[in-house]
Amino acid sequence: MSKPEATLEIAENEDRDATVFLAGDWLQGQPVPDFNDVSSQLGRMPSRLVLDGSSLESWDSTLMAFILQCHNYCHDHDTVFDTNALPTGAAKLLRLATAVPAHKPPKTQKPRWHPVRSARALVSRMGGVIRDSLSFTGEVSIALARLLTGRSNTRFEDFGHYCYQAGPNALGIISLTSILVGMILAYLGAVQLQQFGAEIYVANLVTIGILREMGVLMTAVVMAGRTGAAYAAQLGTMQTNEEIDAIKTMGISPVEFLVIPRILALMVTMPLLTLYANILGIVGGGIVAGGMGITPLQYFSQTEQALALNHLAVGLIKSVVFAVLIAVAGCRAGINAGRSSAAVGQAATEAVVTAVVYLIVADAALNIMFQVSLV
Amino acid sequence: MAYGSFVIQKNLSFDIARGDIFIIMGGSGCGKSTLLRHMLGLIAPSRGDILYNGTSFNQASAQQQDTMRRRWGISYQTGGMFSAMTLAENIALPLQLYTEYSKSDIEDIVAYKLALVGLAGYQRYYPAEISGGMRKRAALARAIALDPEILFFDEPSAGLDPISSRLLDDLILELKTSTGATVVMVTHELASIFAIGTRAVYLDATTRTMIDYGAPDYLRDHSEQLVVKEFLTRSAKHKFNTEQSSEASQ
Repeated sequence: MSKPEATLEIAENEDRDATVFLAGDWLQGQPVPDFNDVSSQLGRMPSRLVLDGSSLESWDSTLMAFILQCHNYCHDHDTVFDTNALPTGAAKLLRLATAVPAHKPPKTQKPRWHPVRSARALVSRMGGVIRDSLSFTGEVSIALARLLTGRSNTRFEDFGHYCYQAGPNALGIISLTSILVGMILAYLGAVQLQQFGAEIYVANLVTIGILREMGVLMTAVVMAGRTGAAYAAQLGTMQTNEEIDAIKTMGISPVEFLVIPRILALMVTMPLLTLYANILGIVGGGIVAGGMGITPLQYFSQTEQALALNHLAVGLIKSVVFAVLIAVAGCRAGINAGRSSAAVGQAATEAVVTAVVYLIVADAALNIMFQVSLV
Repeated sequence: MAYGSFVIQKNLSFDIARGDIFIIMGGSGCGKSTLLRHMLGLIAPSRGDILYNGTSFNQASAQQQDTMRRRWGISYQTGGMFSAMTLAENIALPLQLYTEYSKSDIEDIVAYKLALVGLAGYQRYYPAEISGGMRKRAALARAIALDPEILFFDEPSAGLDPISSRLLDDLILELKTSTGATVVMVTHELASIFAIGTRAVYLDATTRTMIDYGAPDYLRDHSEQLVVKEFLTRSAKHKFNTEQSSEASQ
């Protein structure tokens, strides 16, 4: 048996009263009349609008949404809205829905785009970020000084856990990226060096390139995406759960308690990961060199000649600096995160983007510094 | 109900009649919210079954489970509103997923649902931009978006001031009366229990089972279980229960 169709009929009398007769099933999934049918069929604005639901069979929110529109229409046009002939449940729900007057959100005028104003806003935003970064760096410096003087509340119970998270757990991804970077470097160099019959110098290129630059940089990029983002997410979630507020109200500095162990963990693990990445990068270069007819013995003998302590030191110094920058970027983003789940995601993104920018700038600055000091 | 070998509640057996406002009550850590999660099909019971109109949810096919879920509305303890969506988008989501309403019809329904919970005009606000009480009401609006037959609430009054709490109770009662929905509510708010509850079950953390079942007023006046009477009269003759503490930490 098919369900009775939802219908409405409008009757108007000379007293400017209009009655809307509702009938049938007003249910989701059924075709129902539109409210615009009522407004368009009304000849002139009635002084009283009566809704008669005595012939309704069954109904759900579809009917209620219609009734609410009728109510709002009458309210806007100073028309009396009569619901006495509606089913009791519908009338009750309408009373509930209209008990609180509708909130009118404040009108916010979108300012017209103006180049000077936009530039000023951008500079102001950038200034804010720089100020926040400097302020956070200052707090970290003070916390480190307190740690060195033995006056810190730094919690070292989790230090081993942070080291494990940042170190051994990252070996897989570091292995993959390092071998591939070594191979890419060797391949790029080999194509050029072959033209001069100097393929053997691929070993020198790979060794110096990996030790001074690519080994540490690739490790840092991976750690920024992995550990930096994890720090931001952890601290961001703590901010959302009011854990950081709890730490502050206990009189403990969140920087000493949460940030310093993470920075130290990364400072310990990054040089070790860099060493590991260097070895695998050189091995990766050796694989490509093998394909060009250079024997493993020749490759590693040439590598030994190129391997100088200063190259190794440059990479390791960079790794410590990069570790601090990644940890600071991650922790700053987490501690300054908002209090929603979306804010945690934003903090993780900000941590990675900021860390990569820091890395590139710091790498350039360190390269210039080492060049000037002839290291 | 168990997590591994750790039994949370056992030998639970009760009926909920259509149109009831059924209260699941008990001390902290007794397994109220866990029972609700079992009833919602989020966790399967380690033994036994939960039947809806005689049909087991856990043994139903995925399609049947979907159909059953569409008849339920759920309001979580913290609201569970999607923070990246406006209130209108939150409420429209189940309507878009499960109904054939047109876009403008969905807008009308959303406006009605928000008006119903006293939030008319708040369509474009994000959950983070409104107060905790308003968020709870918005969550209720989303829970009733599909005109559910059963409404589940986990601590609906938690964190609300007494007036907001009372208004929310009135709203739940009004919705139940108008739509004939069945309400299942986890709470230990005595005011709510007596104001709107028609039947209740008491879960005990010590014996790890239900120890009484009936109308809240009747349980308060006639329960033979001292702990139930104490709970419903807010009196305490014994100290904190170590069983409860250890369970709460699970």
